[in-house]
Order: sequence, then structure tokens, then C-alpha cells
Amino acid sequence: MNRSFRERWFMVLMGSFLVIYIIWPLAGMFIRADWRIVASTAKDAQVVGALWRSIWTAAASTAIIALFGTPLAYFLARNNFRGKSVLEAIIDVPIMVPHTVAGIAILMAFSPKAPAGALLVRAGLSPVNSHLGIILACTFVSIPFFVDSARDAFYGVSPRLENVSRTLGATFPHVFFRITLPLAKKGIISGLIMSWARGVSEFGAIVIVAYHPMIAPTLIYDRFATFGLKYSTPIAVQLILVCLAMFVILRLLVAGKRVEEQGS
Amino acid sequence: MIRLEDISIDLGDFRLDSFSLSVGEGEFFMLVGPSGAGKTVLLEAIAGLHDPSSGRVLVSGRDVTRLAPERRNVALVYQDYALFPHLTVKENISWGLRFAKDPDLGHVDGLVSLMRLESLLHRFPGTLSGGEQQRVALARALAVKPSVILLDEPVSALDPRFREDLQDYLSRINRDGMTLVMVTHDFNEVLSLGHRVAVILEGTLQQVGEVKSVFREPLNRQVAEFVGMKNLFRAEIGDRKALIEGGATLVLNGQAARGGYLVGIRPEDVIIGRDIPDKGGNCFWGKVVSIVSRGMAFEVILQVGEMKLAGRMLSSSLVREEIHVGGDCRVGFSPESIHVFSKSS
Repeated sequence: MNRSFRERWFMVLMGSFLVIYIIWPLAGMFIRADWRIVASTAKDAQVVGALWRSIWTAAASTAIIALFGTPLAYFLARNNFRGKSVLEAIIDVPIMVPHTVAGIAILMAFSPKAPAGALLVRAGLSPVNSHLGIILACTFVSIPFFVDSARDAFYGVSPRLENVSRTLGATFPHVFFRITLPLAKKGIISGLIMSWARGVSEFGAIVIVAYHPMIAPTLIYDRFATFGLKYSTPIAVQLILVCLAMFVILRLLVAGKRVEEQGS
Repeated sequence: MIRLEDISIDLGDFRLDSFSLSVGEGEFFMLVGPSGAGKTVLLEAIAGLHDPSSGRVLVSGRDVTRLAPERRNVALVYQDYALFPHLTVKENISWGLRFAKDPDLGHVDGLVSLMRLESLLHRFPGTLSGGEQQRVALARALAVKPSVILLDEPVSALDPRFREDLQDYLSRINRDGMTLVMVTHDFNEVLSLGHRVAVILEGTLQQVGEVKSVFREPLNRQVAEFVGMKNLFRAEIGDRKALIEGGATLVLNGQAARGGYLVGIRPEDVIIGRDIPDKGGNCFWGKVVSIVSRGMAFEVILQVGEMKLAGRMLSSSLVREEIHVGGDCRVGFSPESIHVFSKSS
């Protein structure tokens, strides 16, 4: 047995523990799920509504983050200034804060008694126990996942490419959309997926700001608390299926594009 | 063509101080200086990628100091080519044309054949050799018909055989009338291609002039050391003679002002051998202290009295003249090869 062979097997053995640790409990859930109940819950309007709500609210908050986060990420990638590391740490705070704490903070900031909340209420919007509340909480916890990924992606695009294309006559927006963005695409899309996935999986922050209307994780918790494991598992299984399907489709789309580029 | 008037740039960890320079139409202008001296920043400032804190930049008589890079008509070519990796060679070359008011497609076809890129048009930059990539970068710059091309060490990343190839292209482009400003580390390149050269040390412009004169008549010790004038001595000048500290007296060509000055002799001008004709002085006995290989030639260090002299010899001459460490030999140089610095020391 040669050395590199032993080294490789050592890493494979150690690493597989973690991979198995992810797959094992999830697979167990599928194996032990009562598929008759899974089938019947698939027709349950409340379940379908919650699943769909999870998907679109996470997508909406991802869109908000992409809109404001792309310029922020680009700015961070292209500039060095005093306090940059502090700013980057602030952006990562939502990862560190317990999500229930994040929920309480959002609730306090946007409660109708707080200035921001009062403003929204006057505009006819309800920030608590509403879709808007879900999106507000979702956005807060998902920000770092998009901004960090997009920043690293922009960082990987040489400013010299932008410099050259400017000197050849391109304006800044043109360079950004035709050179920078296409070259940073992989990291940006990965950031979008991560941000969306974080939104779909969020429970702690959302449940405090908006127990109703129920998103899928809240409904799972609600069924678990009132009916027990047997009735919460089928929704969990469905949520996993939906998320996995989205995840795989998005990844394939990205990978497909990459193959196309290399092939042409 | 290009005029910099009192340009100052402050980038925090780096600054250029009140820099003035002018490059003529059709000139092949060289910028030399140690790494980190600010040459790239200077090029980028001309291109409009750094805002000077004071001063003016003029291109073709037009003040472009506050103009965006895309409106200056100044092209830039980097050492690492900076080709757009997601676009084909053809798309790279024609990148600038989409912004031109009336793009000259015939001109681009001419460039493609000039740079021998016909067979590469549909390839992506990642699949090309360094030399091919730099040819594409040059064609891309030329396609927009810039008034000047700024080149940041365009050949230093290339294999030697591609290097000469690209130098020939640059020289040809220049002969066709294009003004070129080029940063380089290679003195051979400066001597073979450049018309004039500017030496930048520590963010300040030390000397500008004809290539030959900067190499033979540097303004001060720093420039002399940078351009490879190794033999530098303090001397007392008087009556066509220079009395070197430590004894030797050198015969000068013509009269310089009396007083204490620095004198310098390029190693290439020092002749070493068994038997050197003593024409008008400056011929001494010396002892060989060391012989160091410098690629194609050897650097021979001789002790002449108190004076250490460096000279250059080919290996064939080393053998013919029986030069070896510890041996004695004759060493000489012509009075014309002695440069008396203009500032008194």
C-alpha cells in the first residue's frame, strides 16, 4: 500500500463520518414516514399553502438582498478603507445572533409602536403576523449568505479587466453588466441559492415576527406540538423534497451554463 | 502628445509627487524604475483610472484630467494581458468597436492579419499561449485607434522566443506612427526599442532624456546605480584631470568645473587584458578580485590601488587574456567614457 493511497483513504474515512451524519437522519425520516399520510397531506390546502409561502417569501427576500447587496458586495471587493473589517463583521452578525434574538429585534424595530413600524402601518402595510413580517425576518438572516458570496465572486474578477474595458470606451454600467457580472456569475448564483435556502429553512426569527400566516417550518412545529411526530414528519418530508428539487434544479442550471461556456 | 503637469497622486500606501513629463507624437517612450516605484500607477493615471490630487493631464493638447477613462482615447495593455476570459478572441478584439461612433471593421481585419490571429478568432483566451494572448491584447488596443498605447511590462511574462516576436510587433506599430509609453525592467529593451526614457525612483521622476544619454550620463548616484553604472568614485576635478580619492588620477575628455564631484564609468567601457594600448592615460595595473557570471558575459572586479573597478568580458576573452582570480592584468578606459556628474558632491 503506497503512501498517497493511505493518505487518501484516511481522508475519505474521516470525511465520510460527516457526510453520513447528514444523510442518515434525513434518510431515516423518509424510510419511516407513513407514505399514506404523506400522500394525504400533499392534498392538504394548509400544507400546500405553507410550502408555497415558504418558497415565495424566501425568494422575495433574496430579491431584496440581491438588489441592495450587489452594490454593497462590489464596493467591498473593490475598496479598502478604514473600518472595512468592522463593516464586514456587521454584515456577518445575522449568522452569529441566535435567530430567536434576531426575531425579537425585528419585531421590536417594526412593531407598530416603533417609528419604522408606524411608518409601514400608515402606508397600509402590516409588519407583524403578515407576509411582510416573514420577508422582513427572512431578509435579516439571509443577508450574509448572499453578500459574502457575491463579494468573493467580485474579488475574483481582476480589476484590470475592468480597467482595460473602460479605456477601450465602455462606460461603468456597461463594464459591470458585460464583464464583471458574467465573470462573477457563478459566485453570485451560489449566493442567491444560499440566501434563498437560508430563507426557506428559517424558523426561529420568523416564528416570533409572524406565527401566522404559517410558513412550512412553523406548520411543522405547530403539527408537532399539537399532534406529535407522526403528523409533523410528512410535512417535513415534503419540505425536504421541495427544497432538494429546487436546489438540484438551480445547481444543474449553473453547471449547465458552465459546460456550455467551455464547450463553445 | 501626452503632457503631465505637476501630477500628484496619493493612494494611501503609495504616492507620486508633483510629476511632470511630456511624450511626443510617435515616440517610443520608456518608463523604468524599481518595482513599487509607481510606474503602473502613473500609466493608470494617464488612462484616467486614478484621479490626481493636483495637476493636469493633457492628451493631444486636450485637458483630460477630469475625463472618464472611456473618453480619453488612451489604450492600456497589461503584463498579464487582461483578456476577457468569457469572450472569444474575435469578441475581445472587437470589444472597443461597439462604443465607437463609426467602427472601422476593415482596420480590425488588417490588425488580425498583422498579428497573425486569423486561425485563433473563435478560440477562448484560456487556450492560447502567452505570446498569442499578448498579440490579441495589442490588437484589441489598436482596434479603437487610440492616440497612445500605454504598455505595462508587456513582454516580461513571455517566453524568450515570444518576447522578441512581440518586441518586433511593438517596434513595427511604433514605426507606423503609434505613440507608445512602456514600463519595463529590461534595459536591453530600453536600449533597443526606446527613443527616450524616464527613470522613476521612490515616486519621483529622477531623469528624463534620450536613452543613450540617461545610460551614459546619469544625473545622480541613484540613477547611476539603477542604470548599471557600477564604477562610481568621488574625485577632485581640476585641469582635465580627476584625482580619485585614494590615489589614481584619471584623464578627462574636456574640462569640467573644478571641485569635488562624482565620476562614473560603465562596466561595458572598461577594457581588461594582458596588453592594452595606453592611449592618453587611464591605463593601470590591477589585480583580479572576483569573476562573476552575468549570463552571457562575466563581471570582472579588479583592485586598482584603492579603487575597485568592475568590467565586463565574454568567456572567450577571459580565456584568451588568461584572466583568473588573483592574477594581475592591465585595465583601461577612454577619457570619453568617464562621466563627471553635474552636481558637486
